[in-house]
Amino acid sequence: MNRSFIGRNPSILIFLLVLAIFTIGVTFMSEAFGAGMISTSFVKTLGKTLCLALVAVAMDLIWGYAGILSLGHFAFFGLGGYMIGMWLMYERTREIVESSMMEAPIPPTEQEIVDGIGNQIFGVVGSSEFPAVWAFADSLVLQLALVVLVPGLLAFVFGWLAFRSRVTGVYLSILTQAMTLALSLYLFQNDSGLRGNNGLSGLQNLPGLDDVSQDYVSMWFFWGSALALALGYVFAAWIVSGKFGSVIRGIRDNEARVRFLGYSVEGYKLFLFTVTAMIAGIAGALYYPQAGIINPAEIAPIASIYLAVWVAIGGRGRLYGAVIGAVFVSLVSTYFTGGQAPDINLGFYTIQWVDWWTILLGLSFVLVTLFAPQGIGGLFDLVSGRHHPDRHGADLGPDHGSLREEEAEE
Amino acid sequence: MLKRLLVIVLAAVCLATLAKAQDAATQATDDLGPMQQVLQEHADLIVESSRRTIGPAIDAVANSGLEAAQTVLEVWQARDMYQRIEDGLFFAAEETGDDIFTLTDFDTGVVVGEVPDDALEQIKPNSGIRSLIGTALVSFQLNDPDRAKRDEAISSLERRGNAELLTPLRNSIDGEPDPALKERKMRVERLMTITYDPDEDARIEAIEEMAGDLGVDVRATLNPLVATTIRVFPDGNVPADLNIAREVEPGSEELPVAEAYEMLDGPPMVSSDDLRATLQDNIVDGRVGGIPVAELFDPERREAAYGALVDAGTIPPRPTAEEAAQAVEDATFVAVYAEPNPAITAAANRALGKIDTNVGLNQFLDLGLDALSLGSIYFLAAIGLAITFGVMGVINMAHGEFIMMGAYTGYVVQQIIPNHTASIIVAIPLAFAVTFAAGVAMERLVIRWLYNRPLETLLATFGISIALQQLAKNIFGTQARPLTSPDWLGGSVVLNDVVSISTVRIAIFVLALVFLCVFLFIMKRTRLGLETRAVTQNPGMAGAMGINPGRVNMLTFGLGSGIAGIAGVAIGLYAQVTSEIGQAYIVQSFMTVVVGGVGNIWGTLLGAGLIGALHKGIEWFNPSNTLAAQTYMIIFIIIFIQFRPRGIIALKGRAAGD
Amino acid sequence: MKFMKSILAGTVATAALTGTAMAQDCPIKVGVLHSLSGTMAISETTLKDTMEMLVAKQNEAGGVLGCDLEAVVVDPASDWPLFAEKARELLTVHDVDVIFGNWTSVSRKSVLPVIEELNGLLFYPVQYEGEESSKNVFYTGAAPNQQAIPATDYFLEELGVEKFALLGTDYVYPRTTNNILESYLQEKGIAEEDIFVNYTPFGHSDWSKIVADVVALGADGKKVGVISTINGDANVGFYKELAAAGISSQDIPVVAFSVGEEELSGLDTTNLVGHLAAWNYFMSADTDANEQFIADWHEFIGDDSRVTNDPMEAHYIGFNMWVNAVEDAGTTEVDAVRDAMYGQEFPNLTGGTAVMNVNHHLSKPVLIGEILEDGQFDIISQTEEVPGDAWTDYLPESAVLVSDWKDLGCGMYNTETETCVQIKSNY
Repeated sequence: MNRSFIGRNPSILIFLLVLAIFTIGVTFMSEAFGAGMISTSFVKTLGKTLCLALVAVAMDLIWGYAGILSLGHFAFFGLGGYMIGMWLMYERTREIVESSMMEAPIPPTEQEIVDGIGNQIFGVVGSSEFPAVWAFADSLVLQLALVVLVPGLLAFVFGWLAFRSRVTGVYLSILTQAMTLALSLYLFQNDSGLRGNNGLSGLQNLPGLDDVSQDYVSMWFFWGSALALALGYVFAAWIVSGKFGSVIRGIRDNEARVRFLGYSVEGYKLFLFTVTAMIAGIAGALYYPQAGIINPAEIAPIASIYLAVWVAIGGRGRLYGAVIGAVFVSLVSTYFTGGQAPDINLGFYTIQWVDWWTILLGLSFVLVTLFAPQGIGGLFDLVSGRHHPDRHGADLGPDHGSLREEEAEE
Repeated sequence: MLKRLLVIVLAAVCLATLAKAQDAATQATDDLGPMQQVLQEHADLIVESSRRTIGPAIDAVANSGLEAAQTVLEVWQARDMYQRIEDGLFFAAEETGDDIFTLTDFDTGVVVGEVPDDALEQIKPNSGIRSLIGTALVSFQLNDPDRAKRDEAISSLERRGNAELLTPLRNSIDGEPDPALKERKMRVERLMTITYDPDEDARIEAIEEMAGDLGVDVRATLNPLVATTIRVFPDGNVPADLNIAREVEPGSEELPVAEAYEMLDGPPMVSSDDLRATLQDNIVDGRVGGIPVAELFDPERREAAYGALVDAGTIPPRPTAEEAAQAVEDATFVAVYAEPNPAITAAANRALGKIDTNVGLNQFLDLGLDALSLGSIYFLAAIGLAITFGVMGVINMAHGEFIMMGAYTGYVVQQIIPNHTASIIVAIPLAFAVTFAAGVAMERLVIRWLYNRPLETLLATFGISIALQQLAKNIFGTQARPLTSPDWLGGSVVLNDVVSISTVRIAIFVLALVFLCVFLFIMKRTRLGLETRAVTQNPGMAGAMGINPGRVNMLTFGLGSGIAGIAGVAIGLYAQVTSEIGQAYIVQSFMTVVVGGVGNIWGTLLGAGLIGALHKGIEWFNPSNTLAAQTYMIIFIIIFIQFRPRGIIALKGRAAGD
Repeated sequence: MKFMKSILAGTVATAALTGTAMAQDCPIKVGVLHSLSGTMAISETTLKDTMEMLVAKQNEAGGVLGCDLEAVVVDPASDWPLFAEKARELLTVHDVDVIFGNWTSVSRKSVLPVIEELNGLLFYPVQYEGEESSKNVFYTGAAPNQQAIPATDYFLEELGVEKFALLGTDYVYPRTTNNILESYLQEKGIAEEDIFVNYTPFGHSDWSKIVADVVALGADGKKVGVISTINGDANVGFYKELAAAGISSQDIPVVAFSVGEEELSGLDTTNLVGHLAAWNYFMSADTDANEQFIADWHEFIGDDSRVTNDPMEAHYIGFNMWVNAVEDAGTTEVDAVRDAMYGQEFPNLTGGTAVMNVNHHLSKPVLIGEILEDGQFDIISQTEEVPGDAWTDYLPESAVLVSDWKDLGCGMYNTETETCVQIKSNY
């Protein structure tokens, strides 16, 4: 225990270095600050990808390290987006409404301004009254706090209920999926007060910064996302490196034994579940202002499953694996579904990637699960000469695919 | 004198022109048959074809007393009446060749000739006009020898009767040979008596006779009798001759105070918008009533400015809230029946009271049936899962896609075999075969490598799920495909006007019961079932006893998948076949199995029943929002699982595993 | 680590490639922003094909301003945020002069801020809920007063409906439309309790309870009619259940705003015969222009069984108006083209002439059709041209608003306070 935290985890330094080089590189090639080789829309894509990498890190913590396959983390991600979206939308609309009302012969009362904003925001869904959930929408500080508090609270309540009644394994996965479905169905309703299917839109326009072009705004968000990813990564690495990390890995491999050793398994799980939900919320709050719109379809259960897919393809139980998985799969998906990939003409049939990419993704996913449970991250083991412990008999834990670094170094 | 002469001359000229016009008209119509003349008289209305104006034209034809009247109306209603463009004459036309129409004259019934379609203009009565024609046809058709036409006439009366038709209807009852039609005629007669009979006693008698009847038509007849309007009497003197239902208290939900005040015709209340508009109109030198405009962002200052304007006499005073409340207090509000006769309204109210109790009970029954039906659909979707997940413990996220494959198999079979009954009979075993094969393939290729890693099974089968879904989209497109049920499954079983259930749903219910029995039989009575149970409990020991666990797992998984395929055909029959059909059921199916208790078919049955009942129950509370029912149902299930993590029926002892 | 670097290098290289694409004066680029994959693909792919056909035909006829047109097709994959991204890509990377695209309202709202920021030009071809006016969007589909209101009038006057069931899928178009209709019906003297509103999720299949509720509406002796804004697949289950309950279009007529030829082409229509739909175009319209259009379409797509529908006509009119406006303006520059658009006239496929108004909406006739066995519509009512209204007259907040981009230069002008509420649109 005499080696420093960084010293024990050299991969952190390498990761941060790569991220820094990448960020600086993109900055110098952007339209705003550099040569303009990267279009603003691609900067946005890259910024969003970094946010996805951050939520993938959170997913890796809870799944790869604690063995809880949560199919709800994208819901927390979306909730974070909704929280920041409410402020962005309220504030931008307030500016518009106020400036137009100030032109009227009689200055508006506060109530009239609020009514005007309500009318603007909810006119789309045929209403004009502010629902109760918008109570703090006028305050940036409070909404920023809600970005972590709302997902955190939901995760805490849900986790407390679930872990306490010892729901584990696939049951927990299904239960988290049900939670995600319930949340997205709830948000789909207009009664939820978040504009139903329409969601919150126009989020890329920052209030008070109308004059600043999106070229710059996109770069700010790109930097913000890179910083958040760096901090999130270091935080996650710190969490899993100490005794806490050993305990949660223990829980993953044999929950009953850890419990018999006297650890409060439920407490550890609940803490990790809540913290990762908060990280997901922050990632969402950075993602959706770049995407420009958030609506309940984003939260649908399938999104959370894709999150698990990224982490699995990248490699569970190693943080950089999650980042690689998220970046690689989402960028490649963008490439193929964007219609940029050339069609392959087989003579009797033309393969259009737009149609066949999903099938390829699904099948490659099956193959990764069957033949390369360590994902892309496993390639690094080949480079660094690490190898998976050669165990005899049955798998020790439920997670055959994850690498136990300690064991590998012995 | 001169003036008079002028008038006479003018009159003469006018007459002459008129006569001339008349002449021309008669000359043109002289050689036409009498019916054609009637039609020509109303040609504009007939061509315009609007329900609001068509009345006179229909009446003219119906009351023409001509033999052809019935034919014309029937042809018109069937949209077979055409106007020849060159001379504007109307004919019955029938398409006898490619775009060639054969015209028949209404008066003579003789075929006039054949013309191409561009020489004709079809008269298209909309359904509003068609039902007016239907009513006009009633008196012709009530005693028609053709049963179908009499049926038609009664249907028209059921939709829309009128007072004049009451007597013809009564006269036709005795001569009605068909018992079913006779019964319907008698029923319509009772209902029309309630509405149209001038005799009070006859009406009350009819009302009392129909009391307690569940038919929508009865309520539709009685409710207008007891419909009320709210009227206000500012001084409290209510005329004695009004048929008053009750006094209405202002401030109740029925009549909010603001609405009550509006009925009073007093000086209007001033809303905040009106107030601002008034202030805006009275800005003088940047001030309103002496208060600077810049201060008017404060509501209190606005009130003060308004007060100052009133004091200055610029605008009239407005009623205060107290004054308005007082005015409302002083007035009397009563709900008045449109029907002037108190005896009738009293009888109708009594009858409706009886009906309402009855309807309430039956609605509950109907809700129960709906819940049962929904439960059986969930059960059917989940039963395959109860085998793969419940018995084998394999999480199969592609289960929904097996349902989809079954449904598409049904669709493809229907494309090849057009007979719906035959195609369903072929589709069911075929769907089983297809999904059985798919299930076996999946078990052999993927799942058997992952038996110790349930979470990874989940992910791998999810990969298969998205691949299969996209494959279905590539093959069949994203649009819904029809899977039509045979006619004998098309209708519904109607107990009364409140309780009914479509036959497809009953079929699904029966199918669910059959599968329950099949499942029980296989698990409890066959060698496969025995082996499956043995392998599930302890594969090593089962292997030692000479059972081949691999083979048993494969067959069991295939069986579960195959049942999902059959469920797909059934679900496709009642809903639609899309590539996302499985997605709609997968989470609910897992919920059903988990809520019921894994590994126990009775638990799955209970789970499906509970979810169905819950869903319908929530929907009943909030009928305008179906999404809410689904949301709250899932939340309920999440909470339920907290308290019974192993489901309703939890396995105990060794069978419980872990 | 090397691997990761190479990925990064690869992405940067891709970006560099896309970033250096240069804009040229010729050919004139026309962006097509329709989903080619995902749930909306079935509807939107047809519109992409329509645009390609229109561009090809225009090039045959000599192009525009002496230049050939080039259609730049991108796929936003039914993913709303992706619509914004792709719109930005079209405008900044491909430098298109005009975009034809979008289907759902959500996707339009997603694209709006981008189009307005970069001063693009979008032609939106689908019937929508109104309550919006953007300087950069021309709405060639129907506004509520060009579809919903006339259909409701038809129900009130021609069918004598006294009680209404407004059934819709739970999203913005049905919500807003039903809101407008509720307000309109109350103005027409229909009591609030005679209007039944229900929303169901996308792809809803369990209709028995709702159909039973609708039937029970008839219990007070009033004629019931259903106004359906049910979208897509859910219609199948709905009509099936209606037929199973033994309800004909004579008993309870249903008018649908989202069921057209394309939707019916895959269905068994026996259950639907006699029910109604309201559009600005039906394939069965009997005019020479329509015959020509259908023939061109069949030739282009190489399949005689393909149907045409209302949004296709909207693109047809929108595209031709844009071509004429560009010719008039002598440039493809957005502001000049926009000014030239006002007052543009072009013959409808259903007869009469469509006119582009200063509120960026068209004047078009409203048609009501009865569904026939073969999946076509029998047109039973056709009005004069109705000018589209961006802000409905039947909601108190919107009644005071007008849109006039030509003289007032404002899409949301409050006639009461005589101020422009906002220049940008609300999204």
